[in-house]
Amino acid sequence: MDTIQKALDYALNPSNDFLKQALTHLSLSAIALLLGAFIGIPLGIWISRYGALARVIVNAVGIVRVLPSIAVLFLLLPSQGIGFRPAVIALTLLAIPPLLINTDAGMRGVDKAAIEAGRGLGMSAWGLLRTVQLPLAMPVMLAGLRIAAVEVVASATLATLIGGGGLGDFISTGLALGQSRYYILLVGAIPVALIALFTELGLGYLQRTVAARQHSA
Amino acid sequence: MSDLVFTQYLFDNFDIVWPRVLEHLTIVGISLAIALLISMPVGLFLSRKQSIATPVLGVLGVIYTIPSFALFAFLVPITGIGPQPAIIALVAYSLVVLVRNTMVGFNGVDPSVIEAARGMGMSGRQQLWRIEVPLALPVIVAGMRIATLSTIGLATIAAWIGAGGLGQLLKDGINNPSKLYAGVIAVGVMAMGADLLFRLLERGVAVKGTKRSARMAALPAIPKEA
Repeated sequence: MDTIQKALDYALNPSNDFLKQALTHLSLSAIALLLGAFIGIPLGIWISRYGALARVIVNAVGIVRVLPSIAVLFLLLPSQGIGFRPAVIALTLLAIPPLLINTDAGMRGVDKAAIEAGRGLGMSAWGLLRTVQLPLAMPVMLAGLRIAAVEVVASATLATLIGGGGLGDFISTGLALGQSRYYILLVGAIPVALIALFTELGLGYLQRTVAARQHSA
Repeated sequence: MSDLVFTQYLFDNFDIVWPRVLEHLTIVGISLAIALLISMPVGLFLSRKQSIATPVLGVLGVIYTIPSFALFAFLVPITGIGPQPAIIALVAYSLVVLVRNTMVGFNGVDPSVIEAARGMGMSGRQQLWRIEVPLALPVIVAGMRIATLSTIGLATIAAWIGAGGLGQLLKDGINNPSKLYAGVIAVGVMAMGADLLFRLLERGVAVKGTKRSARMAALPAIPKEA
């Protein structure tokens, strides 16, 4: 209890920049996720139209994915240096695969009859995509978003190791200052764990809600 | 930075890289061995007691969601730094995957097959080892692949809590690109090697004439990233 009290005091002391690091953590994650979505989703839609090419790309992405996120973060360090920007780039690279793979799978899973019906109604390719394919692919795409988001908020904890800031900074500080200051570890670890859990539960709920609505429609 | 420099480092500094490889393999090996020893009986037990399975998997799922650097940070005040907190956290993460897959593996065995085995006069023990285990094995091995890949990656992060291993090369390599690349390559090779090994093993234990079940599709098929 004493440790938790000390951690709380530390977090509430404005000179320790708790809010600033929390905001860095969240913006790091949000920017990477947005960039990942801007790249991964259109790419996923595009490759879903080409059978063989899609297989090749999805398999290649799968192989790259075996590389752990910590290795991706450090791989960019010599060329990109340390700081916020290289951390965003690395996290974006992590966000792309789940979004790409699930968009491809979702688009591929759309009932051919629904597409035929849309065409029969004289829908344009864009109209078909917007009103038929994307809504039907949405549950699978949202599953990809959940996976990407959980990976990104978790990996953002490691940004501190390449000078990217975020809540992981408190874990680094706690480790550097040693045993008498171990309570600082909790200042990073507790909010990081909560953010990851809320991301998982929140997006999981969204995913299930959308899927359920589709089944009842 | 020429491409040759870092591979050169790997060879020139074999005596620096190799002990880190061994440290890494030791942490990964110990963690997986403990997790396997616990998860096999627990998974089998849960497959027969569905009422307990849901809460147990719920608790494990919550632990699994916690980022590893945070879980390490929770453990360090209790255990101190070193390999111990790393192994505890890595065992916990592997347990989630292995218990779930073991349970699903045993659940997926067709009851009529067990019925037939009983009809042939097999004892409970024979049914387990000759029928249920071989039929559940593909799902269990698939879980072992995910657990191993996760553990190799997450063990790298454990260097920052004093566990050593390949992460130490990354940690020391912040201002030394060749050392950093050596670490990244070693981790990548280890992960890809393990991936290949377990994919071959999956093929070896596959039950002929059956497809990967729908149940299996619901399981996490990707390693924990961070």
